Amino acid sequence: MRLERRAHRPLVLVLLAPVIAIMAALAIAGVLIAMAGAPVLEAYRLILTGAFGTRLGFTETLTRATPLMLTGLAAAVAFRARVWNIGAEGQFYLGAIAVAAVAATVFSGWPPYLLIPAALMVGAIAGMVMLLVPLGLRLRFGVDEVVTSLLLNFVVVLFVSMMIEGPLKDPLAFGWPQSIPVGPEAMLPKLIDRTRLHIGLVIAIVIAVLVYFLQSRTVFGMQSRAAGLSPTAAVFSGVPLAKTLIKVACLSGGLAGLAGAIEVMGVKGYVTTDLSPGYGYSGIIVAMLANLHPIGVIAAALFTATMFVGADSMGRALGIPSYIADVTVSLSLLTMLVSIFFTQYRIRR
Amino acid sequence: MTTHPVLRLTGITKRFGTTLANDAISINLAPGEVLALLGENGAGKTTLMSILFGHYTPDAGTVEVAGVQLPPGKPRAAIRAGVGMVHQHFSLAANLTVLDNVMTGTESLWRLKSSTGAARAKLLSIAERFGLKVNPDARVGDLSVGEQQRVEILKALYNDAKILILDEPTAVLTNLEAETLFATLRVMAQSGLSLIFISHKLNEVMAAADRVVVLRGGKVVAERMASATSKAELAELMVGRRVARPVREAAVPGTVLLEAIDLDVGRRLSGINFAVHAGETLGIIGVSGNGQTTLGHLVSGLARHTGGELRLFGQPINHTSVRSLIEAGIGRVPEDRNEEGAIGEMAIWENAVLERIWEFSRHGLVDRHAARQFATKIIDGFDVRGGTPDSRTRLLSGGNMQKLILGRNLQNRPRILVAAQPTRGLDEGAIAAVHTRILEARRAGTGVLLISEDLDEVISLADRIQAIVKGRLSPPIPAEQADARMLGLMMAGDWPQDGKFAHAS
Amino acid sequence: MELLEIFTSAGIWGAVLRIATPLIFGTLGALICERAGVLNLGIEGIMTFGAMIGWLTVFNGGDLWVGLLAAAAFGAVFGLLHAGMTVTLGLSQHVTGLGITLFASSLSYFIFRLAVPLASSPPTIEPFQPLVIPYLSALPFFGDALFNQTAPTYLAILLAVILAYVLFRTPLGLAVRMTGENPHGAEAQGVNPIAVRIGAVMVGSALMAVGGAFLTLSAFNSFFPTMVQGRGWVCIALVVFASWRPGRALLGALLFALFDAYQLRLQAVLGKAVPYQLFLMVPYVLSIIALIVTARRARVPQALMQPYRRGER
Repeated sequence: MRLERRAHRPLVLVLLAPVIAIMAALAIAGVLIAMAGAPVLEAYRLILTGAFGTRLGFTETLTRATPLMLTGLAAAVAFRARVWNIGAEGQFYLGAIAVAAVAATVFSGWPPYLLIPAALMVGAIAGMVMLLVPLGLRLRFGVDEVVTSLLLNFVVVLFVSMMIEGPLKDPLAFGWPQSIPVGPEAMLPKLIDRTRLHIGLVIAIVIAVLVYFLQSRTVFGMQSRAAGLSPTAAVFSGVPLAKTLIKVACLSGGLAGLAGAIEVMGVKGYVTTDLSPGYGYSGIIVAMLANLHPIGVIAAALFTATMFVGADSMGRALGIPSYIADVTVSLSLLTMLVSIFFTQYRIRR
Repeated sequence: MTTHPVLRLTGITKRFGTTLANDAISINLAPGEVLALLGENGAGKTTLMSILFGHYTPDAGTVEVAGVQLPPGKPRAAIRAGVGMVHQHFSLAANLTVLDNVMTGTESLWRLKSSTGAARAKLLSIAERFGLKVNPDARVGDLSVGEQQRVEILKALYNDAKILILDEPTAVLTNLEAETLFATLRVMAQSGLSLIFISHKLNEVMAAADRVVVLRGGKVVAERMASATSKAELAELMVGRRVARPVREAAVPGTVLLEAIDLDVGRRLSGINFAVHAGETLGIIGVSGNGQTTLGHLVSGLARHTGGELRLFGQPINHTSVRSLIEAGIGRVPEDRNEEGAIGEMAIWENAVLERIWEFSRHGLVDRHAARQFATKIIDGFDVRGGTPDSRTRLLSGGNMQKLILGRNLQNRPRILVAAQPTRGLDEGAIAAVHTRILEARRAGTGVLLISEDLDEVISLADRIQAIVKGRLSPPIPAEQADARMLGLMMAGDWPQDGKFAHAS
Repeated sequence: MELLEIFTSAGIWGAVLRIATPLIFGTLGALICERAGVLNLGIEGIMTFGAMIGWLTVFNGGDLWVGLLAAAAFGAVFGLLHAGMTVTLGLSQHVTGLGITLFASSLSYFIFRLAVPLASSPPTIEPFQPLVIPYLSALPFFGDALFNQTAPTYLAILLAVILAYVLFRTPLGLAVRMTGENPHGAEAQGVNPIAVRIGAVMVGSALMAVGGAFLTLSAFNSFFPTMVQGRGWVCIALVVFASWRPGRALLGALLFALFDAYQLRLQAVLGKAVPYQLFLMVPYVLSIIALIVTARRARVPQALMQPYRRGER
């Protein structure tokens, strides 16, 4: 038995790959649910009704999908150029704390139509800076950015913690470590009243479409793909490698920073160290499930959010730890890798 | 020789997908015999040897060593039976020592201690016996290519090989090193070893082998005693038809287009001088690893000179970039088509325009329509087979990929063409096509800088020839004065320091 | 000179060994994988799972050593998963490793929560006690500084020595090194690089899990989510810092632990004046600095992260 590379990737397989991957992950999660002594089909049903069955659940799913789309895009654009940005979590937090630092202070008194874009921009820039550090270390010293961007995640979270217990501490929070609020003017408009769903969802979808356009139609898109696929050939073709990777890093880090900014300005209004339940890491899964396709990221983020929101209510109903959502989603990353593999290879005897 | 064969391959068949790489091949090898396996790239030589060595499992057929059948797909069994293989791409670990490399796999993995002392003694005694001097403690990465090949051979001998297989052993050697190698092989054959060497070079096959088996399209097409055949016959057998490489007519050199004066690039090139004229081909011959890559990169806009002067159309230039050189009319064929020339996972049209993307874009947007048209023109004009503008480039064969690369450069009639190793790894048909294109361009007035390791290629294409040795260039000699022997000397660094034949330019 | 007096207390040296132990296990584990050519970014999750399963085994009445063995066994299983994907199928080692980390950590939390319902104070076990070594433990200063450790700490140090021996003095070690440098070369000499890689990743992952289990069975006595705190990533950095040599890995881990122990003591001294978060950043920043210092100089195994498929070059 041997593996043989396919000459063409059948489109059906490429489209089916994530479906098969998710089914496989759900099946394995089903075994765990059964081992925990709960009825498996009932659990699946509760996940679906929890995520979509009620107005609250549905809007909550979309609210959760919003940052996942952005961190998913951040990973997708970076991975396509083989910039291994595993630091989206840190970029997310730095974007969030940057917004908290400026929204109600530097930008205080600005009208919302200026304040909101400016604050979002600040968040994005903070994220960019955060990724330029590991990329700079790679370009200058040859340090693998995977480990540095991972390590920096911890540094940033500690930095955020230092800020919200120090200079940015909210004096009115009864001693809870949380940042000063961004203020009502900086809050993103709601999409549906009396829910948490905000306009960030629209921003994320528009950005996904823009990223798709950028990748498929522009010189930058072509050059960054070349840089990822074969740095030597890209250099021979005159692609400015360092410059291209820096642009990619700005885009990727910017998107992750923007995710943090939008989460603060859309949902909570202030920063705590549990602002993100691992959105940065889940973004990697979202990107892989989407096979790095920007439009696919939208769907993959929806799936991931469904799992998180649905598993929460399922867990409460059946007494299953809601970590089952994390298990399923991370499993789907592994199964997706395998199913992408079989779009490229076939087994020969 | 009438003794029993030490090796008998019977009916070996191997299929990869739809291609039949080996089709019922049967070969015998007598003790003390030197057998050459001659064939073009893709004739099935390497597949056959990989089956013999247990890397691949054949679909049908058997391998017998000294009358005992080997189990298929077990390299260890082949090694134990006394089959040693010297690979074309050396199977050495650069970071490990010679002794480490030789000892790998020679002891049971679960022994609690390596017998380093005994291994060292055995290695040194073998090295002594066959005149293959090495330092067992040297790091392999620090050795020259010739020395590394010695380590490869020692590895096989250390395993008590009775049958030694050498895959394209001279591909990376100088003529002198190759001669030494063949002398060593003779000694080995006389001491009872049987040898198979794989080659597509007729000269060395005629010189070194007792018997020649010719493979074509996965089949044995002929078997000849070396004493009873000729180069011409073997060439025809190997290719299967008469493929004539195009013949160079006399050049009408024009003005100097590209000139290097006492040029340095770091420590890789020092004090080199050359001049490329319009309508002529300047050939740079040399053994791989002597600075050709840097030279190619310099004139392709990837490396900068650190001393001396580089003149383009008479003007000194300091800041070269890929774009500035392409805009100035320099076409560039890189030495490694897969690594530098094309990106396999991108579409043919993308590879056609990537290096001149500014011509096919406006305001940062790619003009895909124009780009596809350009690709279509190359596919039609340069006979690129096996793909449409939208298909992935990795599906192209080596020859067609090279035609695509040549096409994207020649389509716009460059003033200078830099061709580095333009036919490396191509079969005869593709070589002829590439040579025809290069000669056509020259006839149209393009100045060609040909960097090659292939003597035949340089002699047949170049009007003037310089040798590159350890980052230095010999003075040029006219092609008419060049023969293989003289070039061999030049490639070994043997040229008069006063530039005896400098006036030939 | 209060800041230097810290070094003259025996306590800090004892703390250094204690802090270093999980790092030594983890770094040696990652080193084995990388010497065979596989980057195992599953380390963080595998350490977490080891911490959880080791603790849970003991919590359910198992012996402490059985707890360590359970961690090693499950570590090897995750190693097998990683190897199956990256070695057999040749998938991206980066992404697979991260996937394993995310999967193993969330699975740990899931199993832990299932076994131990949420409580205000986490349940504890009776952890390893310091091993009393006759005479040595009673020495003044050195007794407390060096010979007042639990058994796994001594095991970790012994393991570094054994690994150095195996890698550089035995045929098996040579086969592993060859596989990491040139798997085609290994294959050509009758060594099966696929088998070597799978074996190395399983053994390496087992060690990583033991490193994690040390946290719950010796350093602390309970398990809580996120307790591994990036130690796995630190180990990956330490492997580079150690230039893929077990002896230097041991030294690197000790040096690193020294900084960490020092910053902990410093916190006590300077606690009021400087935010504690700055001290907590030290290990991560140190790791990054270590990477910068060694990245260009390091002699990386040539085939690291290159999948090996028979007949493909």
